[in-house]
Amino acid sequence: MTVAADRLETAPTRLPARHSTTTRVVIYGLLILFAIIYVAPLVVMVMTSLKPLDEVTSGNMFYFPHDLTFEPWTKAWGTTCVGLTCEGIKGYVWNSVKMVVPAVVISSLLGALNGYVLTKWRFPGHKLVFGMMLFACFIPFQSVLIPMATILGKLGAIGQSLTDMTGFSFGFGNPTVNLVLVHVVYGLGFTTLFFRNYYETFPTELIKAAQIDGASFFQIFRRILLPNSAPIFIVTVIYQFTNIWNDFLFGSTFAAGDSAPMTVALYNIVNTSTGVIEYNVNMAAAIIAAAPTLFVYIVAGRYFVRGLMAGAVKG
Amino acid sequence: MTTAIDPIVADAAVRGPRRDFRDRLRNWLPRIVLAPSFALVLFFVYGFNIWTLLISFTNSKAFTNLNFIGWGNYAKLWTWTFETDPPSNWYTALVNMVVFGGLYVIFCLALGLTLAILLDQKIRGEGILRPLYLYPLALSFIVTGTAWKLFLDPRIGLEKAVHDLGWTSFHFDWVVNPRMMIYCVAIAGIWQTSGFVMAMFLAALRGIDSEILKAAQIDGASAYATYRRIIIPIMRPVFMSALIILTHMAIKSYDLVLSVTGKNPGGAAELPSTFMYSYTFTRNQTAVGSASAIIMLMTIAAIMVPYLYSELREKA
Repeated sequence: MTVAADRLETAPTRLPARHSTTTRVVIYGLLILFAIIYVAPLVVMVMTSLKPLDEVTSGNMFYFPHDLTFEPWTKAWGTTCVGLTCEGIKGYVWNSVKMVVPAVVISSLLGALNGYVLTKWRFPGHKLVFGMMLFACFIPFQSVLIPMATILGKLGAIGQSLTDMTGFSFGFGNPTVNLVLVHVVYGLGFTTLFFRNYYETFPTELIKAAQIDGASFFQIFRRILLPNSAPIFIVTVIYQFTNIWNDFLFGSTFAAGDSAPMTVALYNIVNTSTGVIEYNVNMAAAIIAAAPTLFVYIVAGRYFVRGLMAGAVKG
Repeated sequence: MTTAIDPIVADAAVRGPRRDFRDRLRNWLPRIVLAPSFALVLFFVYGFNIWTLLISFTNSKAFTNLNFIGWGNYAKLWTWTFETDPPSNWYTALVNMVVFGGLYVIFCLALGLTLAILLDQKIRGEGILRPLYLYPLALSFIVTGTAWKLFLDPRIGLEKAVHDLGWTSFHFDWVVNPRMMIYCVAIAGIWQTSGFVMAMFLAALRGIDSEILKAAQIDGASAYATYRRIIIPIMRPVFMSALIILTHMAIKSYDLVLSVTGKNPGGAAELPSTFMYSYTFTRNQTAVGSASAIIMLMTIAAIMVPYLYSELREKA
């Protein structure tokens, strides 16, 4: 897995490039043309978000802003309307953060433990267990939505009666807690996959030696495997972070209104049916929604790509 | 690999009842550690799938009930499959699925392969170009949809920009034209995912043994023939992987449809995923929604189970 992704970074050992100058020009031309096509929507987004609305509606989207303004950004952040409340998206960004951080931490740690058991402490049937967990990543989530809604409704009822009795719901029925649960459950397959494939290549002799020295199950995990797991932790955390931050289906189904995550709020801003369409504010909100994952991609692109590829091929 | 479970136990003579218990605990500890995760998956994935399956055999409306009516909901979907005039929502969903899925998979594969081959020609600045094809993957489908909705909007987007250049007869209103919307969803989807396919193909290209390529060259094979006859056939497994991953992503597409089309007006860009959602949560026909969810699940299982099975077996 890691090998496959790292190949991207190695220099090509292709046919010696004996292309003629014309061929080279065509190759570079095509590559640059494609690059422009891929970048154009993002550039247009950024430029639109920096223009006043009348310049957006009357001007050309490819022109640089004439009257540069940051007003759409402050409006998107602080005062634009999401549904009925007009307090911008800042609260929703915070909702997403509160959901993403625990979900990523819990699913990654569980994935690490699962991977450890499934490679170093195998038991009869370990393959079936892993296969079943792996298939769970690929199901269409439509097939679990209805039961999930029922169960979360039940949890909400428990939370209500707990609140009646003790004045505190203990997190039962809290939309953020619900989303954390949902994302942990449906992310487990991938995190387990990542750690399993990583620990598979870790020398079992080291584990055996530690066992003979009397190290316990958890000591081996903590002292031997964890210190060597930094790369796969980075891959897993980035993968989970990106997936969970970008989720829409669960967010829109289980956390409506003020507790919605960022993607749902963005969708509501853009598709509001009242008033003038404020393209510039919409774009500013979209960039804010995209910023965290884009930032991660820019600073840790290698690990990001590695995770993507590990989720697809394991060769 | 041998099981590491067998503990290095001291001999049986010194073993008291407490020792015995601790040994057994140590034996079972790995399984106990894995158990909560596995239980969660069993319950929330397999249990829920069975639950949805059960609902699909009931006459549940706004609330789920357990009044079983047999295959009625599937029969309904089956009838709708052939209801073309006026098209039923399910018929539209299936047609759109084929159009969107076909375009998405074919163009992602074609673009991914093209970009990978072009990038693999000892390109200067590859380190700058490659990330530019890949960054859309970091975006949420909602952001992608929002961006493309603006980009293709005839009032302020592409059509207007081309008019400004002087080509005033240029007409491109697909994103607001119900009959063409699904093509815009495909365009946005291809833009988002083709970089991923490029990365898969590029990694595979770079994994090919250069000795083979040298041999081909010595034999006087042209660059075209080398790709056609040697490189592309070697990459067949990656091709299969990409095909399967893309097909399953196409079936699961949901957010992209809603955001590109702006809430899927009139169900014009309906896909099975949006069909399931609207029948379950807005039209109060939970049982029909469940049946469509089960059809999606079965389709994906038919694709993924053999794939995962072969991938896991290779590993052994």
